[in-house]
Amino acid sequence: MKADVLVIGAGISGASIAYNLAAKGVRNIKVVDKAYLTAGATGRCGAGVRQQWATKANCIMAKHSIEFFEQAKAILEYPGDIEFKQEGYLILATTEAEDRQFGKNVELQNALGIPARKLTVPEALAIVPHLNRDAFLSATYCNTDGHLNPFKMTDAYYQAAKRLGVEFFFFETVEAIEREQDRIVKVVTDKHEFLTNVVVNAAGGYAHEIGKLAGIAVPVYSEKHEILVTEPIERIQGPMVMSFSKNIYCQQVPHGSFIMGRGDPEAPHDHDITSSWRFLDEMAKTVCEILPRVGELRVIRQWAGLYNMSPDKQPIISEVPELPGFYLACGFSGHGFMFAPMTGLLISELILKQPTTLAIADYHLHRFQDMPVIETEKSVV
Amino acid sequence: MNDKDILICRCSDVTLAEIRKWLAAGYTSFEDLKRQLRVGMGPCQGQTCAELIRKEIAAYLKERPEAVAIHKTRPLTIGVKLKAIAKGEQDES
Repeated sequence: MKADVLVIGAGISGASIAYNLAAKGVRNIKVVDKAYLTAGATGRCGAGVRQQWATKANCIMAKHSIEFFEQAKAILEYPGDIEFKQEGYLILATTEAEDRQFGKNVELQNALGIPARKLTVPEALAIVPHLNRDAFLSATYCNTDGHLNPFKMTDAYYQAAKRLGVEFFFFETVEAIEREQDRIVKVVTDKHEFLTNVVVNAAGGYAHEIGKLAGIAVPVYSEKHEILVTEPIERIQGPMVMSFSKNIYCQQVPHGSFIMGRGDPEAPHDHDITSSWRFLDEMAKTVCEILPRVGELRVIRQWAGLYNMSPDKQPIISEVPELPGFYLACGFSGHGFMFAPMTGLLISELILKQPTTLAIADYHLHRFQDMPVIETEKSVV
Repeated sequence: MNDKDILICRCSDVTLAEIRKWLAAGYTSFEDLKRQLRVGMGPCQGQTCAELIRKEIAAYLKERPEAVAIHKTRPLTIGVKLKAIAKGEQDES
C-alpha cells in the first residue's frame, strides 16, 4: 500500500499533523497506531493547557496553541464539546528562588503578549479561597490558560482529518522502517507494508524506539508520571493549581472531578505505566497540604502515562538531516497535548518545504550539538 | 422500551441509544467508548456498565462477548478520601 505521508502515532500530535497536512491539500495520508486513538500519553495527561513557561520558544508555541483552541470547535467543525475552560493556571512559588524566577518568567511572558501576572498571597486566595495560605510565598496567574478535554480535542482532529480523507490504522504495530541509503522506502507493520518516503515519528513514549527502527538515535527517553481522579463535586475551583517545587498540579475539570498528578524524580527511564501506592500516598499528602479542602474528596481511580523527555525538556520538532523525509514530533517532556495545534502546523510546513509560522531552531534535532548554550525549560512538573 | 430511556451507565447518565450511536460511528472498543462517553470512569468504575456494554459491542461486531475486552481495571477498588490516605487511617472507607 502506498502512502504520501505515514504518521506513526494516533495521539493528539499525530492527529493534528495528519489534519494539518490534509487541510493543506496533501492526499493519501495514513496514520498507524499500535492501539486506539489517544491510548498513549494524550489520553493519560492532566488535561491542562498553559502559556506560563520559562523559555521563549515554549511561550510562543503555547500562546499560538491557545489561540487555536479558542477557535478549534469552529475550525474543525466538531459537533461535540471539547470542554475548553479558560479559568487560568495559578502557579505557586514556595521558595525565594522560585519567587525570583517567576518574576523573570512573567516579564518574558508579558513581553510575548501572554497576560500572566504576579500575585500576592491574598490575591491568590481571592481566586482560589481554599488554598493553604501558609504553603506558598507568591503566585503567578494567567487567566487564558485552562482545561481542555484530551479525548474530545483529539477526536475533533481525528474526525476532521477523516473527512479530509486521512486513513487511520489502529491496533497495528510498526515493526520495521526500511531505508535505501538516505531515504525511507517502506514501513512494515504487523498487518501491512506501507510504501512511503515521508514518515513522521509522533510515537510519544515510543519515539526513541521508532527512531531506532529507522537507524536514528533520537535523544529522548520515557519516564512514568502518575495521576489520580476524585469523585465529581460542585464547582469550587476555577484554575489549575500548580507547584513545581511541591511537585503537584491539581484542577477541577468541568465534569466536577479533581484531577491531580506529580512526577517521580527517581523514575527509571522505561515504559512502565503501572500505578503505585507510593504515588497515591505522596499525592494525598501534597494536596492535603496545599489544598486542604480537596482532602475531603474520595479518590476513585489512579493511572499513569509516559513523559517523553528531551535533554532540555523542550520538544523536538524537526526533520532528521541525516535522513530527509523522516520527521520528528517528540520529546514534549509532558506537554505534547497543549502544543499540538502548533506541532501539527509546523510539521506540515516542514514537510511541504514552506516557511514555518514560528522560528523553530530551538526545537531542532541538532540543537544539542550545535548550540553553545541550551536553555532548559524549568517550569515542568 | 425506547433505547433512549435505557440507562447503561448510571454514573455518567449514558443511554443505550448513545452507546449504539458511537458504535455505529466506528468506536467499537470499550476504551474508545470510555473516552467519548465516560463509561467506566465514574465512582462505580464500570461495575454496572461494563458487562452491558460488552454485550452491546459483541452484538455490534457479531462476536462472542468473551472475545470483547472490557475497560482496564484500576486502583482503588473503592472510593477513599485523600485525607484518610494522607493520614494513613485504618478502616478508612
